[in-house]
Amino acid sequence: MSKQEWPLYEVFIRSKSGLSHRHAGSIHATDDQMALDNARDTYTRRCEGVSLWVVRSDRIIASDPAETAAFFEPAEDKIYRHPTFYEIPDGVENL
Amino acid sequence: MSNDQALINYTLRLADNALILSQRMIELVAAAPELEEELANANFALDFIGQARLFYSYAGELEGKGRGEDDFAFMRDENEFCNLLLLEQPNGHFGDALVRQFLFEAFYGHLLDALTHCSDKGLAEIAARAIKEVKYHCRHSSQWLVRLGDGTELSHECVQVSLDDVWRYTGEMFVADEIDTAIQENIDGPDLGAIRALWKRDVEKTVAEATLRLPVDEWMASGGKQGQHSEHLGFMLAEMQYLQRSFPGETW
Repeated sequence: MSKQEWPLYEVFIRSKSGLSHRHAGSIHATDDQMALDNARDTYTRRCEGVSLWVVRSDRIIASDPAETAAFFEPAEDKIYRHPTFYEIPDGVENL
Repeated sequence: MSNDQALINYTLRLADNALILSQRMIELVAAAPELEEELANANFALDFIGQARLFYSYAGELEGKGRGEDDFAFMRDENEFCNLLLLEQPNGHFGDALVRQFLFEAFYGHLLDALTHCSDKGLAEIAARAIKEVKYHCRHSSQWLVRLGDGTELSHECVQVSLDDVWRYTGEMFVADEIDTAIQENIDGPDLGAIRALWKRDVEKTVAEATLRLPVDEWMASGGKQGQHSEHLGFMLAEMQYLQRSFPGETW
């Protein structure tokens, strides 16, 4: 019997209510249900989460590393997009 | 048999079931077909060890003779173990172990559910904790049965043989002896007839979904609950108990 790798899935865990899901790692599984089970068994054994997302890795549309310059560098010299030029009045606690 | 003794013996049955199945599962550690399945199997085995410990401790408490979980697990002989025959059957291949797991847990889930409603607080509390683990195990093993049964021609054929081979050990789960009857009457415990109906409904549903054929009820093996075991248990215990028998009281 030939040994074929199972499809790869990315796992996202919400550690507690109110927080967003964060990428935790990846697992192999033959189908979506198994992916959820495997993610549970692999990544939530130590109370890491209250909710799980899994998605097939090949369904993620990722930016191309070769295009990093075109994609991200133009933002680097536009410091005026950071709200750092405002003077904060005294007495403002939550900003 | 006194009511107290029946409760102790019944608790030991639950403990032995959990321990013997976990020992079988531990034999599979480092032998799973995939890393993720490896973790799942080891997790489940640990769940069962946890349950066995709770049941043994409770039995020791009820008995009041100072015996603890290790004494029950490591210092009793084969004929004192009262686990189901199904659970001591060898692992075989992945499908064999899976079918054993599936058939037992489909029963065990309903048994624990009934125990959460019994009038003995100790058992009810352990059952309430264990049932969450077992519900997840059931989900896992049912999905695998469907995957294998409704998978390739080879996996279908293999798992059908697994199901046929082990079927004769399922009858014992539902045959009530005097201890089961005492538990049902004294503490409003599980009604094995009712559990059989629930088990059958669940098993039929999953087996059908897996496109497998339900075996016919023919001769059923029994005796495990009363301490009469198949030839496999002695070998298991020899391995499991070796250290405590050679070095009594040894700890990590």
